[in-house]
Amino acid sequence: MTSEQFDFSREQLKRSHFHPRQAAFNVRDAWSAWNGYKFADCYYDAEYEYFCVRNTCGTYDICPMQKYNIKGRDAEVMLNRMVTRDITKSRVNRVSYVVWCTDEGRLIDDGTIFKLADDEFMLVCGSPCTAWLEKSAFGFKEVTITDVSDEIAALALQGPTSCTVLRKMGLDGITKVKPFNISYFPFQGESLMVSRTGFSGDLGYELWVKPEQALELWDALYAAGANYGIHPFGETATNMARIEAGFIMPGFEFNEALKTVHFEHDQTPFELNLGWLVDFKKSHFNGRSALLAEQTRGARFTLTKLDIEGNKTAEGSFLYGNKQCSLEIGYVTSAMWSPAVKANIALAMIKTEYLGGNIWAEIYYEKELRQYSKVARCEVKEKPFWMPARARANPPAGSLV
Amino acid sequence: MHRYNSIIIGAGHNGMVCANYLARSGQKVLLLESSDSVGGLASVREFHPEFKTSIAHSISYFSEKVARDLNLKKHGFNLDAAPLPTIGLSADTNHIVLQGGRISGVANDDEQSYGKYLELIQRFANMVKPFWLQTVPPIGNNSLPEIMSYAHLGMNMRLMGKADMREFLRILTLPMRDLMDENFDNEILKAMLSWDGLIGSKLAPRSPNHSLITLLLRMSGPTAHQVSSASVKTLIEALHSSASASGVEIRTGAPVAEIVIGDGAEGLLATGVKLDTGEQIEADCVISSADPKKTFLDLVGVQHLEIGFTNRIRRLRADGYVAKFHLALKELPEFSGLDSPDGRLLIAPDMDVIEFAYDDAKYGHCSMVPVMEIVIPSIHDETLAPAGQHVLSAHVMYVPRYLQGGWDDQVREAYTQLLIDTIAKYAPGIREQILHHELLIPADLEREYGVTGGHWHHSELSLDQSLMMRPTYGAAQYQTPIGGLHLCGAGCHPGGGLMGGAGHNAAQEILK
Repeated sequence: MTSEQFDFSREQLKRSHFHPRQAAFNVRDAWSAWNGYKFADCYYDAEYEYFCVRNTCGTYDICPMQKYNIKGRDAEVMLNRMVTRDITKSRVNRVSYVVWCTDEGRLIDDGTIFKLADDEFMLVCGSPCTAWLEKSAFGFKEVTITDVSDEIAALALQGPTSCTVLRKMGLDGITKVKPFNISYFPFQGESLMVSRTGFSGDLGYELWVKPEQALELWDALYAAGANYGIHPFGETATNMARIEAGFIMPGFEFNEALKTVHFEHDQTPFELNLGWLVDFKKSHFNGRSALLAEQTRGARFTLTKLDIEGNKTAEGSFLYGNKQCSLEIGYVTSAMWSPAVKANIALAMIKTEYLGGNIWAEIYYEKELRQYSKVARCEVKEKPFWMPARARANPPAGSLV
Repeated sequence: MHRYNSIIIGAGHNGMVCANYLARSGQKVLLLESSDSVGGLASVREFHPEFKTSIAHSISYFSEKVARDLNLKKHGFNLDAAPLPTIGLSADTNHIVLQGGRISGVANDDEQSYGKYLELIQRFANMVKPFWLQTVPPIGNNSLPEIMSYAHLGMNMRLMGKADMREFLRILTLPMRDLMDENFDNEILKAMLSWDGLIGSKLAPRSPNHSLITLLLRMSGPTAHQVSSASVKTLIEALHSSASASGVEIRTGAPVAEIVIGDGAEGLLATGVKLDTGEQIEADCVISSADPKKTFLDLVGVQHLEIGFTNRIRRLRADGYVAKFHLALKELPEFSGLDSPDGRLLIAPDMDVIEFAYDDAKYGHCSMVPVMEIVIPSIHDETLAPAGQHVLSAHVMYVPRYLQGGWDDQVREAYTQLLIDTIAKYAPGIREQILHHELLIPADLEREYGVTGGHWHHSELSLDQSLMMRPTYGAAQYQTPIGGLHLCGAGCHPGGGLMGGAGHNAAQEILK
């Protein structure tokens, strides 16, 4: 059989706007797929990339993120009815982290809303949501929604030296950009949009340009970053960084409600510890009555950060209220050994009523093909494992002056 | 404390019935109507000077209980008026006449089958009849009303006996075509009897779905396959007069621009209405007899509703497929082979003609062989036309809301001539008697009567949009997702038709 006969209607993964440069770095050919794009799990070594993010800086390709331009006189009121947070409080050139829910108050997805003008927004999220946006816009007369995912080249630059690298690249005034702000800089005759946002929990930025400028941006960035440890990082390193930061991820902490088959196998914002994103004082929003009822009743589960004794990671572990493992109280959603914190950490869904008591994890692990199990004591942590002051400082500490 | 306990939007028959019950219970009720007269699709329409009729031109079943409760007899409506025969017109003048339980114009076999068929269908109609005047509770919350209501239905079915119960379940969703083919031979008879399951809907003889249920609803009165000779005008006048007598304040010419929504402790609350004029009126409770799409999408506004719910309302099928045709006539028309045109005359030579008319409409065309139901209401109500002159009123089935190429004056005129030619086949002299004609397509009904899609029943009567799901879950049981906002129109269980069920049930639910 020739490859042509076996090509599944010639369905092919799309190449990111940064692909030519990223492919050169990807010496392991460690590709997987995300939203139809060929996407790197890692380039050479995930741990090395992780250390770049934590100690110097790295770039993460966010071309596959879904981006929607939402424009028109009714854009704000339409979005505000869709998400649980009050975005009417946001100013132009600000970014808001938001979640949106079904009528039943179950989480569909999270994402960021960029307020580009009074009547223009960009919604950025991990999974396609055209259908939900279209449903949400029904009944509003003046709003247009355009999927601009392929029309913008976007690259995240994350890590302690990120600000310095951008300054070296010539972005005068980058040190003045505050967290969740958007700023524009001249770049090779065009405008480069920079937002101080990211998914690493550290100092970082996201850069947005026209696709034609993608490679110029990459080259300028890597030239400026040569002495500042710049390196691309893939999915595995990103996942490590976001667990340390305590960020939720679909497929781990939550199951997107529109893709959930079984009753209440999806989550609410309260269960995910995102109650602070739900604003009952704002005008009506989707899922409001269901969420109000849940707030009164209390969330069944609560997403919790755990510091677990020992060094065996608790991936997929059941959690118990006693060492005999007879009282099941929850499950681990993500777990890792954190090299930066030097701790065995996890995110877990725990039945709210058991949060005050003892928590034990039943951990299965392998040693040279032999399976072992242990029961380890867990300690609840209130703050993210990784939350350096520079991430929020203005200007960011450590940046070149 | 507001000036009004309840504001009802729309003085159609259901709006008037609901308002009346609420006022009788002691409420202060304001009934708002956008047009200058009450009655909605049943209101009197003067389509030519001194020639009047209404869109709904006959009554097949009006609830006896509602008529009794609201004392309609005292207000001039005679529920017991003699039924009109239903006459299936035949091109060769071998017309078929249904009157009472009797049938004429068919062979012996069909005559006998008709007796048996009628007995069976009437047993079924009696079995489901109690459910037209009660709320069908939502499924799945195991409440006492839910259990009682479904237990009652199950019991009624079981009491019919095994054979009837089995037969009921078998034919429940059967296409009219199958039911008729099983029972009869005469093509005109089959078309006549299937008509009552189809009229007003987007269903054809071969469509499996809701036609038997529609048929049973229309047959809940004593007049099987017939309509009352009582005029629609006297019904509306009686409902109007009775509502006024009960203390309902009725304001016509008062179109509502929006339902005012405020914040309550447990969510959004309807606090009143705002009129087109800008006038704002507060009430404890707002009840809409407008159709669900108009109520939620136009009057409430999607910003006050959940996204999933909004899209269920958006997806309600509400495309009207019935046109209304009116003729002002110099004298009583003569139909070949009939002593008098007093009756409900059907032009539908066989079920295929009905089916093909539907097929044409489905793809955006008008059938060249139209099917229709004709009544001459001025025979029984002489106020509808000048002395000696008459009004012919026809429901023409399967006229699409959206016509390929669009409706323009030329298309309307051509279609009008086709309709006159069709009637003239059975009443050859009619063309010379015509003083004036009027064709109202579904888009006209939508514009003039404010009903989405120009649909008689506000939303299609089909299994997915009926009973505990009418108009859709979240807005059934006469409640809505918004506190203090209720529905009471044909978009609710049990649906359209001049029956009074929705208005009655909504009032009972609100007064609970």
